[in-house]
Amino acid sequence: MRFYEYEARKIVELAGIPVTEYGFCRTPEEARAAAEKIDGPTVVKSQVLTGGRMKAGGVQFADTPDEAAAHAETILDLEINGHMPRGVLVDPKAEVKQEYYAGVVWDGTAKKPLMLFSDMGGIDIEQVAEEHPDHVGRGHISNLDPVFDFQAKQVIARTGVTGSQLTRATPILARLAELFREKDMLLAEINPLAELTDGRFVALDAHMEMEGEAVGRQAELLREELGIAEDDTRESYEPSDFERRVKEIDASDHRGVIQGKDHNFDGNLGLVIGAGGGSLTLTDAVRSQGGKPANYSEIGGNPSVAKACGLAREVLQKDGVEKIAVMMSIVSNTRVDIVARGVIKACLELGLDPSETIAVFRIPGAWEEEGAKILDYYGVEYYDRSVSLWDAAGRAVEKVQG
Amino acid sequence: MSVLIDADTTFIVQGITGREAVNLTRECLDYGSKVVGGVTPGRKGREVHGVPVFDTVEQAVENHGGPIDGSVVTVPPGFTKDAVIEALANGIRLVVVVTERIPRGDVAEMVEYADRVGARIIGPNCLGLIAPGLCKMGGIGGPAADAAKAYEPGVVGVMSRSGGMTTEISSTLTAAGLGVSTAISIGGDAIIGSTYAELMPFFEADQETQAIVIYSEPGGRMEAQLAEWVAANNSRLPIVAFMAGKFMDDEEMKGMSFGHAGTIVEGKEDSATEKIARLQEAGITVVERIDEIPDAVKEGIDG
Repeated sequence: MRFYEYEARKIVELAGIPVTEYGFCRTPEEARAAAEKIDGPTVVKSQVLTGGRMKAGGVQFADTPDEAAAHAETILDLEINGHMPRGVLVDPKAEVKQEYYAGVVWDGTAKKPLMLFSDMGGIDIEQVAEEHPDHVGRGHISNLDPVFDFQAKQVIARTGVTGSQLTRATPILARLAELFREKDMLLAEINPLAELTDGRFVALDAHMEMEGEAVGRQAELLREELGIAEDDTRESYEPSDFERRVKEIDASDHRGVIQGKDHNFDGNLGLVIGAGGGSLTLTDAVRSQGGKPANYSEIGGNPSVAKACGLAREVLQKDGVEKIAVMMSIVSNTRVDIVARGVIKACLELGLDPSETIAVFRIPGAWEEEGAKILDYYGVEYYDRSVSLWDAAGRAVEKVQG
Repeated sequence: MSVLIDADTTFIVQGITGREAVNLTRECLDYGSKVVGGVTPGRKGREVHGVPVFDTVEQAVENHGGPIDGSVVTVPPGFTKDAVIEALANGIRLVVVVTERIPRGDVAEMVEYADRVGARIIGPNCLGLIAPGLCKMGGIGGPAADAAKAYEPGVVGVMSRSGGMTTEISSTLTAAGLGVSTAISIGGDAIIGSTYAELMPFFEADQETQAIVIYSEPGGRMEAQLAEWVAANNSRLPIVAFMAGKFMDDEEMKGMSFGHAGTIVEGKEDSATEKIARLQEAGITVVERIDEIPDAVKEGIDG
């Protein structure tokens, strides 16, 4: 789950890391009030879940509250990379002496969080790592032991930072690492971490991303501290009607799982496929043989007839779908006969002839004899494990293309 | 021989009274696996297909009268970390974590704990492992008769990020007369207990195993890690890889996840195309189709 800057700053603040006195505003009037309170030059920043806002004109400087309000008015109407802002953040224009970077990410190979620090802040850390590797300090933290300040100190010292800068930055990186672990983050970044002319260190901008599976147990932070509504899931794109309906069908009973996606799919061959790995393999096999999938889907965990039927119905009702291919890698839990019944029911309910509509049915495994019998009755050819995933996909492509 | 498990392997099932766990226990018993106990807190005194149920792992070990080799953990995500560490704290050294949707931080915690005590975790979000004819630990391959049909004893070690594809690939190897030494469903999450590279030394040491087949997906650096391992270790085993999810390389699919939780292209190193290039550089054969695997394996063994 991604956060807006004003939320990321709040998260950082809650962890005890100093931030400037910022104001999140939804209207130009609120922006004016925030600027008046700051009583000095301000920065007005668009609150969008996308990068490149500086370039797009989403960050503006103001000397007076009137100017801040005027900038807010412009920015609130400015679309950036297809995103409309949720509001603006009004921040005091900081007197910055130097910008640093502090971050924590997962290292999947070490299976531990990795602390990162650089004395070249304000730019992308990947760029710094590539061009100035000696300016990036790294160090793992344990998943079990407490985060010790010295570990953060070592990481910072590796970049050559010393003196009061080292002692002031150390607790900030250590608190960030604790926050990363406690709040189930996938990414926690302060960039820039600014050293002000008066020597203080403050987080001027922050990026946070939370593990999707942890959203439930982080409810207190999300709902109470940040006021994020439960249905505000921050997907990277708006779910389609197809995706929404499949999700509803999946939620309607607890047996098995169906998933459907059609974002950027618009072909004529509907895919009723599974499970995780099988779906990936089959989608590739269809495309590699010239087929045009209308969607991606996953069946798993032995869904009910109603669920299998629901998924097939939704796929069949998508614009441009001519036939469906029902295919899975060998199943041991999901029952072949139940999926067969579901997809045939979907055809019949929509007034379609299963033998014409189901281009291919290739699901070997549990209850396959029963499945084959049902399919045979409706004139649908059944492929067992002797027909490879590749060949089944190829046969489906041939049939839909006539 | 086999890898990690054999005919003598004893294990328990944590969460044994759950619907899926009851089926899994039946399947493993039918296959001849030694399921010596089950744990569900508060259900002590019951039996599941003749297997005694206990409140704690400690009680299960006590009842068995000696160390237990393994555990299959299938409890809800919020309880998994504690269940796994309970097993490890009671001397169990091989834990298969079936549960999916466990937060990454919890997985990392249990894996670090396992490292400290010298134990091994397979999964999470996996179907377990099978040494054909000897032991089935987890739901892998399904009911005993189905598992026997897809998995015949043989010379190929299989490691797969997808549980279902473990069986699909093994069935292909069985049909081709090559068979399987041990097949491991390693799990589909971003962080897992045992990666390809971490399991390679076990296959390397197994005299029965003559070749390795892996099933991979986009996301993560597990394949790059395997390529590095192969380059550094001069392995005797030819490796054949199949990479699914090439369609995710399309620009418009970036940032979307399909299939497993770990399947999301985030950096430049973790797309299907990048991974294929890396594997090939290390001398690993990458096939386009599952049905090409047996010939590629034979070529690797003979070549």
